[in-house]
Amino acid sequence: MKGKICVAAIVVLLTLCLLPDVPMAETDIVTTTKPPFTPGIFPCSACHAAMAPNKERRELTFHTEIQLKHAQEQRWCLDCHDAANRDMLHLANGDLIPFDKSYQLCGQCHGNTYRDWKTGIHGKRVGYWNGGKTYSLCVDCHNPHSPKFKPLKPMPVPAKPKDIQNIKGTTSVEIEGKKIYIPNENAK
Amino acid sequence: MKRRDFMRSAALTIGGLLMPANKSDASMWETFFQKYFREMTPQEKKGVAKRLEKEYEAKTGVKINVKTNEALPGVKYGYGLDLSRCIGCRRCVYACATENNLSRKPQMHYITVLEFKNGEKWISDLEESQKYYKHEMVPAPEHFYMPVQCQQCDNPPCVKVCPTKATWKEPDGIVVVDYNWCIGCRYCMAACPYGARKFNWGEPTVPPEQFNPDTHYLGNRPKFKGHVEKCTFCIQRTRENPGRYPACVEICPAGARKFGNLLDPNSEISQCIEKKRVFRLKEELNTHPNFLYFFSM
Repeated sequence: MKGKICVAAIVVLLTLCLLPDVPMAETDIVTTTKPPFTPGIFPCSACHAAMAPNKERRELTFHTEIQLKHAQEQRWCLDCHDAANRDMLHLANGDLIPFDKSYQLCGQCHGNTYRDWKTGIHGKRVGYWNGGKTYSLCVDCHNPHSPKFKPLKPMPVPAKPKDIQNIKGTTSVEIEGKKIYIPNENAK
Repeated sequence: MKRRDFMRSAALTIGGLLMPANKSDASMWETFFQKYFREMTPQEKKGVAKRLEKEYEAKTGVKINVKTNEALPGVKYGYGLDLSRCIGCRRCVYACATENNLSRKPQMHYITVLEFKNGEKWISDLEESQKYYKHEMVPAPEHFYMPVQCQQCDNPPCVKVCPTKATWKEPDGIVVVDYNWCIGCRYCMAACPYGARKFNWGEPTVPPEQFNPDTHYLGNRPKFKGHVEKCTFCIQRTRENPGRYPACVEICPAGARKFGNLLDPNSEISQCIEKKRVFRLKEELNTHPNFLYFFSM
């Protein structure tokens, strides 16, 4: 019995040693957030399946809320969106990728940022510092059609030392599902 | 009766009479005779936590869990802040106050976000910075921001000056305060070159429904008047396996805050140090912070 266990252990060890030293494949690096689609917009094929693809560069009559401010001189919808499969994006080489792997698409041009994102220097991660993490997708912070980070309304100004007792109650705000408490600036 | 026995019993009697007899329940005696935290056995620490939990429940009506777990082996916490990304929105300030049960009135914050004008004096002279900036939207044009909080120094001047050894550096790099041991002399506040230590000038208040019940003895447990406190890298969150990111990291909308184990070469913070030009605030003071700033672009 003991001998059998020993043999099994050796076999397992040998197999482990013989496994090729594969660098982490890009496909399994991360758990990411879900792409932030406008509600009801996805799947795109729900509308586009019934429409003949029009590859001509033009003023759109639908999707008018999209203001392309992302190297718009050289770029057009179908440079990233796929004309044949509307529910996918495509890379420069034509490979189709799903929307939740869009970082691969962004990384084609923004190589330095993509490299930083993979190591955690760029972008946001939530979860556990020594465990499971969820990475934000590029498009969570940068609208792909107009990627500049948008200004935000700041939280209340901290009280000056003489005013720390003049706080008129608190109120809560929800940010990304987290409830935080701030001084109530409107209270009299 | 021997002279020595007389003196001993006299001292005990006087000592006993000096105790406020009207409040002399068991808990009060235990508080009075509480040992130094670093000399307690894990069992004794648990006992103290139990007593505090009972006290807090009686006082606030909320069931609060007080943890006393020790540093994780092989871990030294480091923090990175990307000044190219920070937009000065102050979400970290209030996420921190919420997580750490900081007094709402009088107001206390661990994080101070400083605003600087592009091209003006900044790192050599923080006097020019603006803490009370008020804008409709941030980042304000031609301005940049630098949040400052406890730098968890390896050579902490605050620890050196404490006359009661109520503050010390833990093996995982966090500088902690035992609020029960602090006498409120504020020497540490004078010694800290980063203005990171905060004093409870009045009785701190947190509305009961806003209490975060997950607390640590050395971290966010309910506070009282007359002692110093500071950022602990959210010890109640981070000193777990798996441990969550500090609240300020989790809330930052710009992803400017990085946190991890300096001893793990693949952690975000180690990668920042390896790949970016990081710097320490007021490096010339030889405090050796574990809080690093960098510009990613």
